[in-house]
Amino acid sequence: MVENRPILNFLTHAVLILGVLFLCFPVWMALTASTHAPEALSKSPIPLWFGTQAWKNYSQLLTAGLPEAGGVPIGRMMLNSLVMALGITFGKIAVSILAAYAIVYFRFPFRMGFFWMIFVTLMLPVEVRILPTFDVVTKLGLLNSYGGLIVPLIASATATFLFRQFFLTIPDELVEAARIDRAGPVRFFIDILLPLSRTNIAALFIILFIYGWNQYLWPLLATTDEGLYTVVMGIQRMVNAGEQLPVWNYIMGTAVLALIPPVVVVVAMQKLFVKGLVESEK
Amino acid sequence: MQKRVVFKSLSLPYLLVLPQIAITLVFFFWPAYQALESSFFIEDAFGFSRDWVGLQNYLELFDDPGYLKSFRTTLVFGLSVTVLAMGMSLGLAVAANRVLRAAQTYRTLLIWPYAVAPALAGVIWYFLMNPSLGIVAYWLKGLGIEWNHYVNGRQALALVVVAAAWKQISYNFLFFLAGLQSIPKSLIEAAAIDRAGPVRRFWSITMPLLSPTTFFLLVVNLVYAFFDTFSLIHATTNGGPADATSVLVFRVYNTGFIGQDYGSSAAQSVVLMLLVVAMTFIQFRYVERKVNY
Repeated sequence: MVENRPILNFLTHAVLILGVLFLCFPVWMALTASTHAPEALSKSPIPLWFGTQAWKNYSQLLTAGLPEAGGVPIGRMMLNSLVMALGITFGKIAVSILAAYAIVYFRFPFRMGFFWMIFVTLMLPVEVRILPTFDVVTKLGLLNSYGGLIVPLIASATATFLFRQFFLTIPDELVEAARIDRAGPVRFFIDILLPLSRTNIAALFIILFIYGWNQYLWPLLATTDEGLYTVVMGIQRMVNAGEQLPVWNYIMGTAVLALIPPVVVVVAMQKLFVKGLVESEK
Repeated sequence: MQKRVVFKSLSLPYLLVLPQIAITLVFFFWPAYQALESSFFIEDAFGFSRDWVGLQNYLELFDDPGYLKSFRTTLVFGLSVTVLAMGMSLGLAVAANRVLRAAQTYRTLLIWPYAVAPALAGVIWYFLMNPSLGIVAYWLKGLGIEWNHYVNGRQALALVVVAAAWKQISYNFLFFLAGLQSIPKSLIEAAAIDRAGPVRRFWSITMPLLSPTTFFLLVVNLVYAFFDTFSLIHATTNGGPADATSVLVFRVYNTGFIGQDYGSSAAQSVVLMLLVVAMTFIQFRYVERKVNY
């Protein structure tokens, strides 16, 4: 701060508090609505404070689910989301760290060809090539399986780039030292490169976990078996439940349950998250 | 680009890139090729036969008023989300960069919506603005605004814009804050000594030095609004009412999966792919060069 101006200080806090209110208010409403009986949410204005049905609503959701939405317990959907998110996260990290290692530390024919092949995938989100990807997955018989949910989303270049950038900053002397000590490429990778990449892997883990957990379109297409529904995608069946009116207390309960895991990850590992976000994009 | 010292091995590097290349080929190049190929054919409803029609799918696309309208909707939607999300987050970042006490608390309270899935953001705002029981709709009624996004297309579009922007604020905030913190304090101080007030300093020093961040965020936000908001729209308005919120990505899905018109859907995919490629190209070109003064 350059100078002290009381009005400006006041304005600063006012802006920040308004921003925080704007961001928190919707989730506050979702949280309170999920603790009411349906009757309380049937006439306007709806209450702004908690109701008494929290335990009843959440236990119903977690263990039995909603009959209108196929009766899959939300607990089960959350487990599916977790498997998918972790599968995508570990898959992407493993696949991309290996590819980046090859591209940076070896010289071989078609190296740049491979590099560009990976590079172009950076450009196309799944949303753009939905139909043909769906076709391909059908042909491979991967529909309605965890494999079908996870593997197509591992094809992405961001993580490879991040690792490549990072490897390029590692001093050459390390490789020389390793070679003098007669360490081969595999040994160098496991004993030197992996430990050095620990923070990068952790930061990337957070970003990719959120990416995986929040997937929507792909699980929507790749699963018809209700036992494989993920929670972010499953909520849509409750909102558009056909003829019935949406049961808002349950829908908001599901929304709260679905956003807790990624939000907890971001808040708990804030420092790593910020690092991962700012570095993986720039 | 590459290390001075490298390992020598004939097969190992291929083995290392194999997983990524295999996945890329199967789930990226193959589908992209198929989209390109089937955009030149018209398939009958049962998929038994198909005819080569050349560019007909594309020509029909650009003759279709619905598709052109969807282009316009996407543009309005994308620009509104970008302006709203970037404007609000810039304000917040400037404020957060000024506070000394409680800076950490503010940051924590401002960044968590990044983790909320667009679909969930959509559903929650859908609830808040529900014409019969939503609290925001109730307040709007108090202000004399009849809110009903089930029949009013403009209001439906406004609903998805607000939800999409709400979710994107945290992301922009973090990048703006990082950009602001990298501006040397001495420049601001020098301007202050020359008696430039806070407003003048913001426009003459902060904004120009922030231009690389701003430009980067502009592209990222447009890409987000064009492509990542499919889930938000699908889970809430479902493109309606009367196609008022049917953006391009939503249309690809609708034509292909609901309408079963594969040729047209593939052609739309290809158009979208070209759009993404163009935007990525622009981004790389300018981000590399760093827009600056």
